[in-house]
Amino acid sequence: MNGAHDMGGAHGFGPVVAEVDEPWFHAEWERRVFAMVIATGAGGLWNIDAGRFAREDRPPGEYLDMSYFEIWLAGLERLLAERGYPSKVLAAADVPAAMARGGPATRPSDRPARFAVGDRVRTRNTHPHTHTRLPRYARGRVGTVERLHGTHVFPDSNAHFAGEDPQWLYTVRFTARELWGSDAPDSVSIDAFEPYLEPA
Amino acid sequence: MGHDHPHDNGSELSDTQVRVRALESVLIEKGLVDPAALDALIETYETKVGPHNGARVIAKAWTDDAYRARLFEDATAAIAELGYVGRQGEHMIAVENTPDTHNMVVCTLCSCYPWPVLGLPPVWYKSAPYRSRAVSEPRAVLADFGVTLPAETEIRVWDSTSELRYLVVPMRPRGSDGWSEEQLASVVTRDGMIGTGLL
Repeated sequence: MNGAHDMGGAHGFGPVVAEVDEPWFHAEWERRVFAMVIATGAGGLWNIDAGRFAREDRPPGEYLDMSYFEIWLAGLERLLAERGYPSKVLAAADVPAAMARGGPATRPSDRPARFAVGDRVRTRNTHPHTHTRLPRYARGRVGTVERLHGTHVFPDSNAHFAGEDPQWLYTVRFTARELWGSDAPDSVSIDAFEPYLEPA
Repeated sequence: MGHDHPHDNGSELSDTQVRVRALESVLIEKGLVDPAALDALIETYETKVGPHNGARVIAKAWTDDAYRARLFEDATAAIAELGYVGRQGEHMIAVENTPDTHNMVVCTLCSCYPWPVLGLPPVWYKSAPYRSRAVSEPRAVLADFGVTLPAETEIRVWDSTSELRYLVVPMRPRGSDGWSEEQLASVVTRDGMIGTGLL
């Protein structure tokens, strides 16, 4: 979706201000929200992509007015309302193993890769109202395939519980000139799923 | 984003604090979260995981050529050799700074970050100023960090738009010949491994 979360290239947010000796959390409630999101996520009623969509899918003003962990809280409240309460509970004793296991996104697939290293590709000019990991600034742009990463869970379908639909994942690199009309020798790479790409 | 809540430090509870307490109470009363698990998660990411992990990876890469080669070939496996595995680091990519190329990592869409080697991201990494500008004006963002690079240096920005997570391997500081891995690790900074700082 073209939400306020898709920030690349936006103007007006001011300078980056780093906090000296920043603590991991700035309030006790942030600790609790962080831990509740991880713990309930282990319950299996939703996935990481659905979690991201629950956070980003809100009016731009609302998104921008919330602090980071307020967005996490709002996302968790929505997931619980929409998906119910997970009955599978993460036990304290299982925390180290669960964190060490994580959630690998690679999935086996028989699909052949459509693109190879060095191929010129154009990202699709697409504007789904649903979840996507193709940022607006990189749509309809020509880049070069630099790496293949195997087949991964496709967030665009997984976020909406429409299946993992494993897709080839590529590093696609764009010049700063292509993206921004810049003369600098710089570049931006995205992790692009195959359905985002067509031959250039 | 990140506006202040006047009552966070006082006796009066903010709306957010009330919501969080209510939610936690419901989840615990229904037996749907183990409060000890919440404490264990917080303890893990407040006391165990952090940029000291990544600094060990970098120091080893600087001193052990075979390890360095493995790190660029398969970063997930090489980082796992040091015991750093798991959530938000399932698929690691190491990228190398050189005199010609400077790497910088962002997640414009949310806050993707390599937890096992860097811990949880700082507020600025998750903020609108960084997410909006890192891709379009990386040199201006670096200037916010006090970093200026030659005009001919290529800045490579990596937007973490999938489950791949990036670790920048900074250039080894001049004058560090003969240092131990511990000494080297002590000069590796979090920002150096994100690409917003130089060593």
